[in-house]
Amino acid sequence: MRDVAVLGVGMTKFGELWDRSFREIGIEAGLQAMVEAKLSSGDLGGLFLGNMASGSLIDQEQIAPLILDYAGLGARHLPAVRVEGGGASGSLALHQGYLAVASGLYDFVVVGGAEKLTDVPDVTGNQITSSAADHEWEVVFGATLPALWALIARRHMHQYGTTREQLARVAVHAHEMGSKNPNAHYRNKITIEQVLGAGEVAEPLGMFDCAPLSDGAAAVVLGPLETARKYTDQPIRIAASQVACDTMAVQHRRDVTTLDSTVVAARRAFEQAHRAPADVRVAEIHDAYTISALVSLEDLGFSEKGHAGPDFEAGRFGAKGDVAVNMSGGLKAQGAPFGAVGVAQVVELVRQLRGQAKDRQVADARLALAQDVGGTGATSVVTLLERAD
Amino acid sequence: MDAGIVSYGAYVPRYRITPIEIGRVWGSDGEGMGQSLNVHRKSVPAPDEDTITISTEALRVALVRGAIDPQQIGAIYVGSESHPYAVKPTATVVAQAVGATPNLTAADFEFACKAGTAAIQTCLGLVGAQMVRYGVAIGTDTSQGAPADALEYSASAGGAAFVIGREHVIASVERTVSYTTDTPDFWRREGQRYPSHSGRFTGEPAYFRHETECAKRLMEASGTTPKDYRHVVFHQPNGKFPQRVGKQLGFNESQMRYGLVTPYIGNTYSAAALLGLANVLDHAGPGERILVVGYGSGAGSDAFDLTTTDEITKYDKSFGRPVQFYLDSGVELTYGVYAKFRGKIHMGGS
Repeated sequence: MRDVAVLGVGMTKFGELWDRSFREIGIEAGLQAMVEAKLSSGDLGGLFLGNMASGSLIDQEQIAPLILDYAGLGARHLPAVRVEGGGASGSLALHQGYLAVASGLYDFVVVGGAEKLTDVPDVTGNQITSSAADHEWEVVFGATLPALWALIARRHMHQYGTTREQLARVAVHAHEMGSKNPNAHYRNKITIEQVLGAGEVAEPLGMFDCAPLSDGAAAVVLGPLETARKYTDQPIRIAASQVACDTMAVQHRRDVTTLDSTVVAARRAFEQAHRAPADVRVAEIHDAYTISALVSLEDLGFSEKGHAGPDFEAGRFGAKGDVAVNMSGGLKAQGAPFGAVGVAQVVELVRQLRGQAKDRQVADARLALAQDVGGTGATSVVTLLERAD
Repeated sequence: MDAGIVSYGAYVPRYRITPIEIGRVWGSDGEGMGQSLNVHRKSVPAPDEDTITISTEALRVALVRGAIDPQQIGAIYVGSESHPYAVKPTATVVAQAVGATPNLTAADFEFACKAGTAAIQTCLGLVGAQMVRYGVAIGTDTSQGAPADALEYSASAGGAAFVIGREHVIASVERTVSYTTDTPDFWRREGQRYPSHSGRFTGEPAYFRHETECAKRLMEASGTTPKDYRHVVFHQPNGKFPQRVGKQLGFNESQMRYGLVTPYIGNTYSAAALLGLANVLDHAGPGERILVVGYGSGAGSDAFDLTTTDEITKYDKSFGRPVQFYLDSGVELTYGVYAKFRGKIHMGGS
């Protein structure tokens, strides 16, 4: 296995992109990444595209060849693969691209993530979101994804004394960072009072505890680290890429308040990179729900189990904290186009490691972590990125 | 332009229902819904009311107020998306009821919520070209939202009739401009009982884009800015959208004061902007400039630049009710009676 580097990144604005089609945003992100990597289409070995639900959302399958075709590469007969893993589809695609380059089978690949979520009515969008949960054991009994995360939140509050205000702080932080991100779906700051006063979605989670339905696309170009300097002055090495899975249904878990898939994927990732959580300076984590951010911080090893709420309140995860978390605004404010999320996390972290994050820049970032979760944690992908200079 | 408003009349059914009462039945936060929409009550037509009776009532008021001989009416156009018949005009029944038949042209207009303003434009053309002496434009609806749908909290009923002519004009029309695109934000197919809508898509790319673009184009053509207008009236599907669009364009609350009626009677669809205009005219003195911007889904906006004349001081408004009466009065219904009135209860049989 050879070392793999990120050579270029690109992403569209996230939000309600009603005047743009799926193929348009997919191509825009991919071309940005290709141009940044100074890679010509003749160098390209293939495309891995993360997407959760294009069939239900835009009545289109075979989206990987579709994107290649409309990027003008149809006649090149390149391999193009769609990868699906619920909300973790994007980082799963990244994992596949990483394996493809590391194995030596391909030299350069584009990893993209794209989702068009707002072309269907809100209710339909939420139904499709819930298809990332266990349909036969959860959804048919009336559970939606927010309801399942609410169940996890309730248990966490009961077991560890996590408060409603601590949950709210996660959303306030996300919007604070989103206000500094020109690509973010939401750029407005919010207050604790607004979060607490918003309408309920699934008690104790309110509207501001849940990430929005967004459209958007993101892409990265991967290549072998050994030749990376030909393409970029600032190659970013993928120090680890690990996937772990768990039971689909929350009720079948060893512990409702722990994402074992994240625990295991993180452990494997730190082992692969010979690093520890304390080495990570900046991270993008799964804050689709405020509670999912808190349990993720614990399960990644950034907080003791049950302590993420107080740690968040104490500022440990702010821009100047121990680990700067979700400087992009996260899923909550930057937006949550399922398949694009995991790739966009890597786009943000690469910019952080290169020192290109402008108002959101974290000082002295050398090692970064991305964690992407499908459904309530049946799939977790943990990626470690580090500066290769 | 040589034509303008000669007379007008308004009518809103007397029954009301609150968002709280609707939310009570569906287990929703009706109070919160009412606040977020800025709709406190909506009007409900009685079982024997439809857009024909509402139009007739409003037009009768207009004819008496303006002392207009119905036989001098050359055209009647009724704009609505809830005409009682799919085939058979509302306008002919109204024309017969007020004694305007047979020497006139008549037709029903449909353009979601802006069919009434489109009817006014058509009348301005006919009157301006001296093809008719008076043209009547009516905007009216007895709109319905599907049970428990967001629309049910605001969809209401009402109507306003405007007589367009060249003599004794109480509000002259300086200019009218339209802005039209193919934007599928809200629709109802033939045979469907309730309309469909595309959620948040009805906002920015639909209502806000058309309202602001149309208003800007009108002011550009007229060489005016918001401060040149004493009053402004927007289409008002709820109480929030027009406030926001007014603010975006640079109008203040005092300019919007009389033109905003939806918070008290709900969204009367084709009548919404026209009832706002009627309320402005109820309160206006001579020489007051008014900007009206209607909106219809599908989508388009019609904007009008009006100025009241000295004739408005001589205009006798004593017959019929002022719009304010309908905003203040009303008999509140329970959801059960409302459901009966609106034909939402399945009675069995065929």
